[in-house]
Amino acid sequence: MVSLLILAAAAGAVVILLVVRLWAVLRPQHVVSRESLTLLIVAGSGGHTTEILRLVGSLSRAYSPRHYVIADSDVMSAKKIESLEHARTERDSAPEYCLHRIPRSREVRQSWFSSVFTTLHSMWFSFPLVYHIKPDLVLCNGPGTCVPICVSALFLGILGIKKVIIVYVESICRVETLSLSGKILLHLSDYFIVQWPALKEKYPKSVYLGRIV
Amino acid sequence: MKSALVTVGTTSFDDLIESVVTNDSLRILKSLGYKRLVLQIGRGTLVPESFSSDSFTLDVYRYKDSFKEDLQQADLVISHAGAGSCLESLEKGKPLVVDVNEKLMNNHQFELAKQLHNEGHLFYCTCSTLPGLLQSMDLSTLKCYPPGQPEIFSAFLDKVVGLQKETLNTLKIPVNPVHEM
Repeated sequence: MVSLLILAAAAGAVVILLVVRLWAVLRPQHVVSRESLTLLIVAGSGGHTTEILRLVGSLSRAYSPRHYVIADSDVMSAKKIESLEHARTERDSAPEYCLHRIPRSREVRQSWFSSVFTTLHSMWFSFPLVYHIKPDLVLCNGPGTCVPICVSALFLGILGIKKVIIVYVESICRVETLSLSGKILLHLSDYFIVQWPALKEKYPKSVYLGRIV
Repeated sequence: MKSALVTVGTTSFDDLIESVVTNDSLRILKSLGYKRLVLQIGRGTLVPESFSSDSFTLDVYRYKDSFKEDLQQADLVISHAGAGSCLESLEKGKPLVVDVNEKLMNNHQFELAKQLHNEGHLFYCTCSTLPGLLQSMDLSTLKCYPPGQPEIFSAFLDKVVGLQKETLNTLKIPVNPVHEM
């Protein structure tokens, strides 16, 4: 009975510690001046990849090395990424990029319930990957794949290993409502960018820059 | 040769493919002067047979490296509501009809089609209303689509990650919507 109470107290203490650490990681940080950044980009399927690559294509050479994370079943995204990076090679002198694959968190039309389990499965792969890369910034735009990656990045901060800036750009498809990933990451990201004014009104915390893709 | 292109991106959208190859739809397309119909079917399970006659050609494929060429040559694009497909077509200045897949969860793609329709850039329909729309639409009423501005994003990101020490005023970050209706 006593040991059970001790266990419960210990569990409670861990939860409180995690919450405090999460609050410390999420509160606005002082901007650190820097010359380059290690960037981790989450590329989802189809249109998600097209959109995120337009954003990555606009970034300067300072965003290097670039680590792309795609779902293991995604062939088209790999091709598009290689195509973009190949074009960059002609523009920049020394391109640095890497492609990583993790199990997909959720297939299109997969039920919400089973998505919880497949997302946890993705976490098992995401955390070691994010720990290994230790990016300065994670950039994503909504595919299910981005949730375990962003949560892993948050854990790097919570565990005191590294503060990772999480930038989420909601897809241009989302005019009036947020995606499921968006709803989850709205309060877990450092910058949550929306592309239509109706969303800015609904979610004042978001950043509205107009249509950026 | 006046051609129409149907595209579903990387998705499976059998209902659209089915509705576009019905005798009714083909008759309407021919009556509007189209001599070629290209079906990019993605992951779909319905695979109509390609054919070529003196008066009409039907090409069917899943993906093609030279898809951009078919898009360039198209006089009309009928697309699923995916952002990539829509934006690619609009940016090439193609008249666009978006067919919204009613079987998708929450049908979030419909939001974009509706917004861009409200701004006058495309027409939209469902599979059942597609033939009617093809018959009645006036493509000359469609407005040109101004492209997005990713450079605004990169300027914003440079500032917040500490790559540039510029003030908010000099960055020209828009406060009002950039595209008026």
